[in-house]
Amino acid sequence: MGMKKDYEDIPGTFVFDADRSREGYHLNQFCISLGKQVNRDAFKAGEEAYLDKFPMKPEQRQAVLDRDWNRLLELGGNIYYTSKLAAFDGINFQNLAGLMTGMGVEAYREMMVKGGRPIEGNRYKSEWGEEE
Amino acid sequence: MARITAGVGCSHVPAIGVAMDTHITDQPYWQPVFKGFEKSREWMKENKPDVIFLVYNDHCTAFDASCIPTFALGCAAEFKPADEGWGPRPVPVVKNHQKLASHIAQSLILDEFDLTIMNEMEVDHGLTVPLSVMFGEIGPDEEWPCLVIPLAVNVVQYPAPTGNRCYNLGKAVRKAIESFDEDLNVMVFGTGGMSHQLQYKRAGLINREWDTRFLDLLTEDPVFASQIPHVEYLREAGSEGVEMVMWHVMRGALNDEVKEVHRHYHVPASNTAVGHIILENV
Repeated sequence: MGMKKDYEDIPGTFVFDADRSREGYHLNQFCISLGKQVNRDAFKAGEEAYLDKFPMKPEQRQAVLDRDWNRLLELGGNIYYTSKLAAFDGINFQNLAGLMTGMGVEAYREMMVKGGRPIEGNRYKSEWGEEE
Repeated sequence: MARITAGVGCSHVPAIGVAMDTHITDQPYWQPVFKGFEKSREWMKENKPDVIFLVYNDHCTAFDASCIPTFALGCAAEFKPADEGWGPRPVPVVKNHQKLASHIAQSLILDEFDLTIMNEMEVDHGLTVPLSVMFGEIGPDEEWPCLVIPLAVNVVQYPAPTGNRCYNLGKAVRKAIESFDEDLNVMVFGTGGMSHQLQYKRAGLINREWDTRFLDLLTEDPVFASQIPHVEYLREAGSEGVEMVMWHVMRGALNDEVKEVHRHYHVPASNTAVGHIILENV
């Protein structure tokens, strides 16, 4: 058994620790490869063929093809990596957050302009009616 | 002798760089962000550093998941702005004070901080956005007004170094700089933050009250601030708010007593609370 994780009770959040890093390694390495133009060109030319270079799990590969942003995080992706795939699609950080929160781009932007998501009611999973 | 005169804390939101690079800083959305840096730019002109020791985090640009150094010191002659997925920022190449950087590396390692030494490195918005907000628009064919020594800190994969470790590293950085035999005005920048969460269903979290307390503590009770545990940053300031541990390196490099000469706080820039503070050694 590893160490007890004191951050697992934070709602709506994945802390990118070693366990997640291990699980998401090839997915994240694929995403970060899109930081280079030559790779963006190759991915654009054929997503399936380009993805063959990265030995990720079938469900991770499917989440990439589906652009299922939350699923990517659930499967070990990290936002600094998955944001490169979003950037490839022309989606910036703020609009990506709009998609991940399920609020939509406009409502999310409006929330941020009004001061962001408040901390009250958002500290613990129990406040979201979720189990720890 | 080289001396540390001041510290700067500053967010490094990529969208701030994009706003400057696309010349939209006068738009109503951005104007309040940049208004708070007007005084800072004047202050930089008056206090003209020779070297900035700039603590930042790389966003999987120089270091992807294959290699994750906790502390990596830039010792190369220069650092090119990286392509982060949308082309490199149109800003100058960052030039190092190579002799001071290697002196700091040696001093820190003998002080038992086991650094990674980078003799080739590209730098991303984490490093160039703070320079841009503090110096203003400078084109790619011009030069930054001073030399920069980058220290990249891992805050992407948990755990980042503790606040305590960062604070003590700042003290060791000061010892290293003050033992360098050249008359240099050195400033230390701590960057990142403030409260923000970029990911998943809690994205958009902002905690103004917590950020304000952090800034107060940083000035008045830095040792107490350095003891804040990771889980408090993650819970109270958002999963990416843990970047603020880097501000403790800056604070550790300053005197125990400092003068806060400027503070700026604004929500939002994209997903993030923008925080900024200038502390002078007195």
